[in-house]
Amino acid sequence: MIKLKINGQERNWDGDPDLPLLWFLRDEVGLTGTKFGCGQALCGACTVMVDKDAVRSCITSVSDVVGREVTTIEGLHPTGDHPVQKAWRELNVPQCGYCQAGQIMQAAAFLMENPKPSRDQIREAMSGNICRCGAYQRIENAVRLASTGV
Amino acid sequence: MIMNIIANPKKLRGFEQSIRAIKIENVSRRSVLKGLGIAGGFVLAAPVMSGHAFAAYETGASKMPHGTVVDPRVFVAIASDGTVTIVAHRSEMGTGVRTSLPLIVAEEMEADWPRVRVQQAHGDEVRYGNQDTDGSRSTRHYMMPMRQIGASARMMLEAAAAKRWGVPANEVKALNHEVVHQESGRRIGFGDLAADAVKEPVPSIENLKLKDPKNFRYLGRGEIGIVDLRDITTGKAHYGSDTRLPGMKYAVIARPPVTGGKLVSFDAADTMKVSGVEKVIEVKGWPWPSKFQPLGGVAVIARNTGAAIKGRDALKIVWDDGANGKYESVAYRTKLEEAARKPGLVVRKEGDVDAALKGADRVIVGEYYLPHLAHVSMEPPVAVANVKGDKAEIWAPVQSPGGTREDVATTLGISEENVTVNVTLLGGGFGRKSKCDYALEAALLSKEIGAPVKVQWTREDDVRHGFLHTVSVERIEAGLDKNGKVIGWRHRSVAPSIASTFKADTVHGAPFELGMGLVDMPFEIANIQCENPEATAHTRIGWFRSVSNIPRAFAVQSMVGELAHATNRDQKEMLLELIGSPRIVDLSSVKDLWNYGEPYDSYPIDTARLRKVVELVAEKGEWGRPVPKGHGLGIAVHRSFVSYIATIVEVAVDDKGKLTVPRVDTAIDCGTYVNPERIQSQIEGAAIMGLSLAKYGAITFKDGKVQQKNFDDFQVTRIDEAPLATNVHIVPPGADTPPSGVGEPGVPPFAPALTNAIFAATGKRIRALPIGKQLET
Repeated sequence: MIKLKINGQERNWDGDPDLPLLWFLRDEVGLTGTKFGCGQALCGACTVMVDKDAVRSCITSVSDVVGREVTTIEGLHPTGDHPVQKAWRELNVPQCGYCQAGQIMQAAAFLMENPKPSRDQIREAMSGNICRCGAYQRIENAVRLASTGV
Repeated sequence: MIMNIIANPKKLRGFEQSIRAIKIENVSRRSVLKGLGIAGGFVLAAPVMSGHAFAAYETGASKMPHGTVVDPRVFVAIASDGTVTIVAHRSEMGTGVRTSLPLIVAEEMEADWPRVRVQQAHGDEVRYGNQDTDGSRSTRHYMMPMRQIGASARMMLEAAAAKRWGVPANEVKALNHEVVHQESGRRIGFGDLAADAVKEPVPSIENLKLKDPKNFRYLGRGEIGIVDLRDITTGKAHYGSDTRLPGMKYAVIARPPVTGGKLVSFDAADTMKVSGVEKVIEVKGWPWPSKFQPLGGVAVIARNTGAAIKGRDALKIVWDDGANGKYESVAYRTKLEEAARKPGLVVRKEGDVDAALKGADRVIVGEYYLPHLAHVSMEPPVAVANVKGDKAEIWAPVQSPGGTREDVATTLGISEENVTVNVTLLGGGFGRKSKCDYALEAALLSKEIGAPVKVQWTREDDVRHGFLHTVSVERIEAGLDKNGKVIGWRHRSVAPSIASTFKADTVHGAPFELGMGLVDMPFEIANIQCENPEATAHTRIGWFRSVSNIPRAFAVQSMVGELAHATNRDQKEMLLELIGSPRIVDLSSVKDLWNYGEPYDSYPIDTARLRKVVELVAEKGEWGRPVPKGHGLGIAVHRSFVSYIATIVEVAVDDKGKLTVPRVDTAIDCGTYVNPERIQSQIEGAAIMGLSLAKYGAITFKDGKVQQKNFDDFQVTRIDEAPLATNVHIVPPGADTPPSGVGEPGVPPFAPALTNAIFAATGKRIRALPIGKQLET
């Protein structure tokens, strides 16, 4: 039996310990905010936080996160008003919106590590997250807006 | 069973004149139009009107399958607490349409937007009218019907209030969710009026008054965020893959690696040992060409998607590759090039191009290549189905809710009334989700295993088994006289047609493909000939955002750059000279112009508008500004989806050939519009998609199989290579200018503006996309 902590809540898993965390979250727990995009850590749609790091849940197995704190988009902020979420809304970032949970989790983890990033640092930190709609200009601006605390 | 193209025309957009032989249902014959069943609420009754009863302009909406339905009883409900519910009948894939169309109704009926709820329609075209969310059509077909729906509702509310107060109707006015009697200062909310309003006679056609646009609160202003904004940012937005049903199983399918291939045998022994795998079954496939039907294969059913994928990896399968097993991209390109160098079917002819080219002082020849592209929407195809007996319920991200319903019914052999298609948000569409094969797979599997099932496509499935953008060679010969004026233009376009997915022996483009940048070429040249040599498809070809406009704009606008260079002129001046005088282009020589399905009277090719976007982008984008060494500016313009778009790209190419894009400016004239903020986001995104296809876009085949698999070898633009600034300049609409497309037209001009800029920066002319390593030194 594997014991996990997701968004502050204890979860148990007695199945395949190699199951990617993504599918455990989505299919077994029902936290569908975390999205499947590529399965190979190439697109960032499945990004969650493990402790304070942004990780790709599609290549992270359930057994890898035992004893660590997993935070998904649903657990980022109790009312959905994390500065990154607010900045995203302020700038009308999303188009289809599918990649945005991953983008927001990546940005939130990045800003904890680097609260006042430069433009190049933002573009580099967010480069693992693909947005096929191409909302990049607004993503960049929203990360900057969130970093200035608005 | 092979689906007959004529029997099921729902999603054959653009086939209207040529292959389709369906009866377009007369809107006025519809009788079963019930209101929304909202508890404690009242549903307004109003007349059923034809789609263009009040239109100041005519659109092609009535020619779409099932036409338009203009009926507030279908689209609007008012609860006694004042909550106004408005139905969105089109699919949301990122354009903002789920917000824009209800916003039009709210505007006309004077509803207060914060008190409006949007309800997504399920797939039912008899009830809602055409739901195919494609062709950049939703706003242009539905702006007027939505205004009419809102106006009907408003006038009935006003009539009810006037009666209650005993005052003449012309003394009251709906204003922000209330009806007001100005003289006495009395006011009453929409919720309190709904019960009376429903009893009011419906306004006659002559009396239906639309708002004066100068009083618009929402339309054209861009101050309303999309309705799903908060849910998207909090992970609550519901996409296709987010549907969960009690007892639901998870499935992935191994499909034939070659289109048209078949399953010979499989061994699932190792698969059944994988923890969480429950069952392995064969999925029925359809013979080539399979339309939107499943390709068939082997399905692995499991307790979660991860187990299903692991189980599929352990399958041992023997396939018969079939007739397309020799498809090979390098050889196929040669074949297309050979075809482009010989005469082909003439699809437009003005003057005598042979004589003009023979008599020309110089002939400039350009041959342009664009390979297959995959859509790779961030959400791969996915669908949930629950089939019980003769009833089926589907939850899926589909661009064609009505067509999906029809195809599920046909595939399962049940009646359409027994099929419910719940439309989720789409995690991107770009044309891929106009084909409902994944929903059909889920329906077949659910029926087979007797449980609800979700079929999830992996990214590898998406890249390898899609409905690809075509592959094309465009060859243009332009003859110049001794003064440098273009006197002859021959354009040969060779590409396998989307129609091949429906009809096996298709070798020519359908009118809707030829009409995207080939026969509708707007230049003022005395001798023009457009030809379409034959090409045979060896994989599934489908609509990809902007469709044939991508290769055509790339070819035509690159040739403009080549001509400017040949005659030593500025690109923009060359472009304006070729566009010629402000006029309505006479295309009477074209047998079937298509014109995006729109009447030419309402949506002609107006070169004044084309010139205007060139001039606007040149002004705002500071055309001709000095740029640093290694930088260059390029310009391109293209009319598509009856909108006019011009783009300037500034490129920088370093000494190793690495390309960056410091700045993009785009001017768009899309007529009357709803939400400029979403126009801006679409155009920003179009620059990214244009950059993706220009730099990286290529799906290639070897031994009939797609050689790419995921975002590592089918790359798309990432944020660190995005333009540093993308500026969007929207032409204010003229009086009564009909609305036109926004979702697609931004893409086509980008690639040629970029390659024209690369030429300006480096002197290298890119004629084959993607650019790949062509600039590396």
